[in-house]
Amino acid sequence: MHLSRRQALKQTAVVAGLLASTGLFPQYAFAFNKDAFEAKSIADTLKALGASGLSASPDVMLTAPDIAENGAVVPLAVSTTLTGVKRLLVLVEKNPSALIASFNTSDSVESAFSIRAKMGQSSDVYAVAVMNDGKALFAKKEVKVTLGGCGG
Amino acid sequence: MADPMRIRAQAAGDKATVRVLMAHEMESGQRKDAAGKIIPAWHIQEVTATHNGKPVLSAEWGPAVSKNPFLQFVVKGAKAGDKIGVTWKDNKGETRSDEATVS
Repeated sequence: MHLSRRQALKQTAVVAGLLASTGLFPQYAFAFNKDAFEAKSIADTLKALGASGLSASPDVMLTAPDIAENGAVVPLAVSTTLTGVKRLLVLVEKNPSALIASFNTSDSVESAFSIRAKMGQSSDVYAVAVMNDGKALFAKKEVKVTLGGCGG
Repeated sequence: MADPMRIRAQAAGDKATVRVLMAHEMESGQRKDAAGKIIPAWHIQEVTATHNGKPVLSAEWGPAVSKNPFLQFVVKGAKAGDKIGVTWKDNKGETRSDEATVS
């Protein structure tokens, strides 16, 4: 098969386009950690974030309602008194993807955040503090949902 | 352009509590439309906050954050008259920035 130079160049461009559309090129330069947000379980999420050694800690606080009437809007507050915290995570165990939000702490803000989350069903909610050394400390609370927030 | 955020920053002592209400659909990617097709996810991915132009907070959000998200955080060393800026960026690349003055 003889290809003219023009044809050859055209085909190269097509192949490059195909590769780009499959997402094989790292075109996303920003820091959004897709793996962590797509992970199903809490263990997988922590692995994607490079944290390990999950253990309970009284220094991590989670404020959540006992019963959430509307799963589409569940107010959750996480905080910690620890120093050397790299990020604070909010996770819902039985959601399709466990990770809800990840806050990168800094010296200029207190390690306390409030947010509203969607919950598909009654589940344990976790507040996880990922320390600078990669250790993960958590607090958890069960929240009962009477009306799910993930469609259906 | 998305609707503006409502930001309230209140100083108490040497810190300020910032409450932000963003206007965003936050489609989870789990719901189906009337024809049974999955509605693609559309949610805020990145949130950043600044205090007088200096970045103080960055956060990554998944699709499980509620519609029209609410966020509360506390900025250390902020006093009345300081500027608090909040910016979000969603997974379609849309962004919105708003600023409020600490009272």
